[in-house]
Amino acid sequence: MTEPAPPSPPVTDDERAELRRHGILLTSIEELYNWGRSNSVWPLQFGLACCAIEMIAASMARFDIARFGSEVFRPSPRQADLLIVSGTVTKKMAPQVVRLWNQMPEPKYCFAMGACAISGGPFKQGYNVLKGIDRYIPVDIYIPGCPPRPEALLHALITLQEKIRGQSLSGRAAPRFLQPDAACAYPVPEFGAHDLEPPRNPEVWQPPATARKEGA
Amino acid sequence: MSAPDAAPLASPAGPVVRSVHDEFHGDLLEVSMGPHHPSTHGVFRMVVTLDGETITKLKPVFGYLHRNHEKIGENTSYLGSMPYTDRLDYLCSMTNNWAYALAVERLSGQAVPERAEYLRIILAELTRLLNHTCLAGFLLQDSGASGTPLMYAFRERERILDLFEALSGSRMMCNYQRFGGCRADAPPGWLAAAGALADGYGAFLDEFEELLTGNEIVMARTQGVGRLPAALAVDAGITGPMLRAAGVDYDLRKVDGYGLYPRFAFRVPLGAHGDTYDRYMVRVLEMRESIKILQEALRQIPAGPVMDPRARLRGFRPKPGEVYSRIEGPKGEIGFFLISDGGPNPYRYRVRPPSFVNLTILEDLCLGHTVADAVVILGSVDIVLGEVDR
Amino acid sequence: METPEEIRDRVLARLPGAAVAVVANPGPAAQHSLLLGPADARAVAAFLRDDPSLRLDYCSNVTGVDWPDKEVVETTKVSTPDPAGGPPRVTEAKTRRIQPGCLEVVYHLYSMALKHGPVVLRLRTANRSDQVELPSLTPVWRSCEFQEREVFDLFGVVFSGHPDLRRILMWDGFADHPMRRDYVEPDDYEWEPTPHGDVLAKATRHRAAAPAGPGATEARP
Repeated sequence: MTEPAPPSPPVTDDERAELRRHGILLTSIEELYNWGRSNSVWPLQFGLACCAIEMIAASMARFDIARFGSEVFRPSPRQADLLIVSGTVTKKMAPQVVRLWNQMPEPKYCFAMGACAISGGPFKQGYNVLKGIDRYIPVDIYIPGCPPRPEALLHALITLQEKIRGQSLSGRAAPRFLQPDAACAYPVPEFGAHDLEPPRNPEVWQPPATARKEGA
Repeated sequence: MSAPDAAPLASPAGPVVRSVHDEFHGDLLEVSMGPHHPSTHGVFRMVVTLDGETITKLKPVFGYLHRNHEKIGENTSYLGSMPYTDRLDYLCSMTNNWAYALAVERLSGQAVPERAEYLRIILAELTRLLNHTCLAGFLLQDSGASGTPLMYAFRERERILDLFEALSGSRMMCNYQRFGGCRADAPPGWLAAAGALADGYGAFLDEFEELLTGNEIVMARTQGVGRLPAALAVDAGITGPMLRAAGVDYDLRKVDGYGLYPRFAFRVPLGAHGDTYDRYMVRVLEMRESIKILQEALRQIPAGPVMDPRARLRGFRPKPGEVYSRIEGPKGEIGFFLISDGGPNPYRYRVRPPSFVNLTILEDLCLGHTVADAVVILGSVDIVLGEVDR
Repeated sequence: METPEEIRDRVLARLPGAAVAVVANPGPAAQHSLLLGPADARAVAAFLRDDPSLRLDYCSNVTGVDWPDKEVVETTKVSTPDPAGGPPRVTEAKTRRIQPGCLEVVYHLYSMALKHGPVVLRLRTANRSDQVELPSLTPVWRSCEFQEREVFDLFGVVFSGHPDLRRILMWDGFADHPMRRDYVEPDDYEWEPTPHGDVLAKATRHRAAAPAGPGATEARP
């Protein structure tokens, strides 16, 4: 995955700052595009469990996610950019989460907030608990904690903004929707008699290979 | 009366909207409200059959947060289940902890020192303040006052969470009570800070009420909406402020007199109509009574240990037997039923969740009302899905 | 409030022939319960609700409990006299039998009118496999409605007379009753690099075919 280093820009940042002081903004389409995307990430109003309360607290006056650009939490997935999966994803709820993810238009991002969304968390030994939402949809940022503090969610949002600013319009560092061979919609699991079918999406998540010795 | 006959409307979202034919009303619309919806109560789904805007049938569907808490309880030690009780009603972790600790103490016959009992009452009343304030905020958020009452509510909640964090180490999942007392004593200055908060809370409630209680929009949307008759409330096992708003005088702090509640003089507010406005007002009045209990408890709290010196945490094996024990949580009666077989894990660990039983009559309350009223009624029932689904 | 024995005597006086027995509860809590037979459980429940001195109008909690089949070993000592006149020979014979388990439903009743309680009722099914029917007490106390649905969902007890008996927590197509003691979870999380303890036991149980040998990586599709 090594790429040739990007060519050094013909205009340095100091020169651009000098131009700005004279009222001239010099930028590239890529930078403008990333600036627009990163500074107005609107989350979907989607809370599953306890982490949702900390997510709401992050949007309240004390922690104020609005100053990072997430001014409104949109109830409709068609208008949202960010899916914060906050709380335990159960197998009964997993098809709805994947459907919501499919309904969100690109560019879209996903946080797995809290231990339950990352891997099942304290409820990992659960017949109805999905062991991590990344079994079905791709996750951009994982936020550990049970529940993570609102500051952790803000840190994740800042990290996402840095990730977006590091993306380019073409090449391997392009975001998902600009890559022609990336998946658009993810298959929605069905309810089976004992488990979800399929129990995981193999294109999104592969279990780590384990060496199980004979008789071990 | 109505039977589903038409095939569900094809939609990439799946069969969420269905047309239902009824002999008297013609074609009715069956809509799934949830499990993802703007109301902030969690993953709860209502399948409503609508005649225009009026609800003719409503079936609640839950289980979207069923995390098999009870099965985990069977495979975990008694103490190991304490952090899981935080996550039941995740807004009110202190009262969940107390209910579970009380059940295990009754099962094993343990005593609790006096200072711990006072601390438990202080934390329970702080939790009641937190819960009822957030409920008022969420109820108004769902009614359309998008954001502002909730901001005020969460501002006060953050002050209470600071107290919880200083005491137990965590804002929400406190894991603070133990069998035989509390985990740690209050740090210096904590009681004074709690007293300052209790003294200032009355002023906040005055400000909150001035904006909301006499507000004509709030009154128009909540008065007469979702009337719950007292006989139905008792039959359906409703507990908590919802029951008292219907006029039934049943508050476990008075009836059972657990902890040291008999030492405190407080009134139990009752509603006259049983509608959503009464449920909101009962909670506001309960908050005022909670402030009184808090101030009194902070005055009376003695010095001493917070943990019974004979309590054993490691190797804790209560004798075989069973117990059902309950407390008045902010949402209603939260009870724990434990069967011990003498081992380190309970044989059966059951949570009696108030929100789960309070949802029994949701259909009765919503029939004949509009969809907008259903959201307001659901907000006043005060459910938390962690508790409903466990 | 009356003791369970007094309640039982009054129930038998009112409904003679009803199957009511007191089950003692060891331990400090001392919440003794009444074991009811399924046939007249609903009549007894209605009596408890309507009796003026009991007025148990509030059913607080409905719990399901799974008591699996237990293997009971009984040892009988047989003493055979010695024909030679010496001391008799004592032989031990062990008989093993399977005591069938049952599914039990426990109801906790309180009175909102008279502010007393609890009175604990128990109903037991005949076995765990095919005779799992019990009468529903929802017609007596509506608060049992959702809780009995949950017992049906998680334990498999079929409540006859329940207005709407369907699954409540799991999805409708789910086939198992997960709170039973012999429920085996689907194998969906044993992706640990070093499984041990319970996780290893579960992985061993679920594994279909053993891998080739040490060092072989098991790639599951």
